[in-house]
Amino acid sequence: MDKLLEFLSFQDPNVRTVTFGTIFLGMSASTVGTFAFLRKRSLVGDAVAHSILPGIAIAFMLFHTKNPFVLMGGALLSGWLAMLLIEHLSKATKLKPDTAIGLVLSVFFGIGILLLTSIQHSGAGNQAGLDQFLFGKAASMTRNDLIAYGIVALILLITVILFFKEFKLLSFNPDFAEASGLPVKRLQFILSTITVLAIAIGIQSVGVVLMAALLITPAATARPWTERLVVMMVLAGIAGGLSGLVGSYISFAAPNMPTGPWIVMCLSFLALFSLFLAPRRGVLARIRQQRQNRRKILSENLLKSFYHLREHNPETLAFSRGEILEKRAFSEVEYKTALRHLRRHFYLIPEGSNWRLSEKGYEEAKRVVRLHRLWEMYLTERMRLKADHIHPNAETMEHIITPEIEEQLLRELGYPETDPHQSPIPYPKH
Amino acid sequence: MDAFYIILTAFFIALSCGTLGTFLILRKMAMVGDAISHSVLPGIVIAFLISGSRNNIPMLIGAAAVGVITTVLIELLHKKARLQEDASIGVTFTWLFAIGVILISAFTGQVDLDQECVLYGEIAYVPLDLIVTDTGTILGPRPLWISGIMALIVLLVTRIGYKGFFITTFNPDYAKALGISTLIWHFVFMSLVSLTTVISFESVGAILVVALLIAPPATAYLLTGRLRRMLLYTAIISLLVSIGGYALASWLNGSIAGAMATVAGILFAGAYAVYKTKANRRTKVSFQKLPS
Repeated sequence: MDKLLEFLSFQDPNVRTVTFGTIFLGMSASTVGTFAFLRKRSLVGDAVAHSILPGIAIAFMLFHTKNPFVLMGGALLSGWLAMLLIEHLSKATKLKPDTAIGLVLSVFFGIGILLLTSIQHSGAGNQAGLDQFLFGKAASMTRNDLIAYGIVALILLITVILFFKEFKLLSFNPDFAEASGLPVKRLQFILSTITVLAIAIGIQSVGVVLMAALLITPAATARPWTERLVVMMVLAGIAGGLSGLVGSYISFAAPNMPTGPWIVMCLSFLALFSLFLAPRRGVLARIRQQRQNRRKILSENLLKSFYHLREHNPETLAFSRGEILEKRAFSEVEYKTALRHLRRHFYLIPEGSNWRLSEKGYEEAKRVVRLHRLWEMYLTERMRLKADHIHPNAETMEHIITPEIEEQLLRELGYPETDPHQSPIPYPKH
Repeated sequence: MDAFYIILTAFFIALSCGTLGTFLILRKMAMVGDAISHSVLPGIVIAFLISGSRNNIPMLIGAAAVGVITTVLIELLHKKARLQEDASIGVTFTWLFAIGVILISAFTGQVDLDQECVLYGEIAYVPLDLIVTDTGTILGPRPLWISGIMALIVLLVTRIGYKGFFITTFNPDYAKALGISTLIWHFVFMSLVSLTTVISFESVGAILVVALLIAPPATAYLLTGRLRRMLLYTAIISLLVSIGGYALASWLNGSIAGAMATVAGILFAGAYAVYKTKANRRTKVSFQKLPS
């Protein structure tokens, strides 16, 4: 607890630099990564991250300096080259895009490793620190680095804000963007450039291999919560920044723990959490929705069976299990589920060991049967289908048709009395 | 002799990777291969921690299981959580790789692996790791034996299962109609890929395995459209990559694995030039045939 307070007070200037640095990098990569995610280019981002390595090595060999701007220039060039190569190979040869990505990624990285190891073995002065690009160097970030990344992050943010509408269109509907006269090529160039830039600086916090996580995972975390791009970007940015904070705290509290991998761990947990638990689009919410739908369909089918039984035996009101199951095959579990549901909502009333429809249940059953028969009517009248082809389709549609559609159907068909099989269409009492 | 050992080990690894990679790129799963090669890391580290050695065969198989689990995880995220496929791959492998690196940092000293080794392997040390029998005879380097046996297994399985791999790769629907389980072949194949990446891992590292998995078959694919020839070309390219990589690395005094990937890239560029000139000639011919 003391450690946490000490960390959060940001007394130590070193802690301050590292923490703000990682938060910065996390947020800018997440924002730009959202576009890569939506354009389904996440793995291209991964490839670019790997491909930056030879650029850095060559820049160092040419200029013998570790000035972040010089190295970033090299990184930018080779990242760009890799992106173009991937695009060209997947367009101009029979190689599939994923093969092109994997090929460029691994070959560029191999060249980078060859050059880096060669530099190290030749003992060219002051090369130490180049391999920090491989694993990230969050823990040894300096004030100057922070300023450099800050400037780049600012450029990214301004570009995104300036071109927000254009990028949005480009991500969701590139064909439409082209058709409406936007300079698509130039916009793609700008978007790719800021992506490469974000990757080039993001590498400093998590390293080459894990860079993909900084681009993809925040976007994957944000996606289930919203349908709006702005909200998604803000959420992704928060996820990226929060993970940066957690990662730098963990390596502060336990000094032999690497920052980058912990940032990725935190990101991954956030992603799993939202993929499973997000309302509506999360896995759990969808399972619950599916179960509700299934129960609704089962119950409506059971109600329908009661209605049919009553239609055939107008004198009897209550029916036994055997009679119902004879009318329509339910499995044991299905029957019990539907019965419990209908009883809880007072659609069915027990009578000895038999069951009968309540007033409310009778109206509801009438509604389902009405929709079924109306739809059959529509299929024969308007779609000209044969009477023996329409039942299966109506079995599905009866659970889906909303009151508004029902109203339209009724008007369209002129309130018919009977369905194509000459069974009466039941109307509500009033 | 050392050079020979290194080149031979490299060749065995490249051969196994290339053979499997051929099917990998034809099945449009190149990036799944990339993901597996990263995510076996935690499996390897845990195997080291439990067995205390890097040559325990059951442990290697256990580590390879993590690779198979990766494919299942990707599938789950994609199908159940409705995450788009590229993102499922990206999220899964970075997560598992991060776990691996954290484990290495947490147990430094107990695990005979460091981050550099993970990234580019240490094939240069192959001749140092000798198998010595109780009587004192030296049987040659251990990685050479292991990679040789692995290459043998890969070639045997490919030979025996050729028809199964062939049909499930090119026409899964037809395979299903014939009653061949695509799922079983998929898992056999994925287990082989995982095992190969686990064994290649310490020699060439996580990312350069990918170079050997993808680059030689991709090169061969540009040169031919037939599976048998593609496998043959891949084998030849693997040999060239191993020899050329060693030569380049000793010239530049750099990582052998990195040099192998570089040579693979150069060979691909050559094949690309051939492919382009062929394609150009084809278009020219077809233009000439047009009635004037």
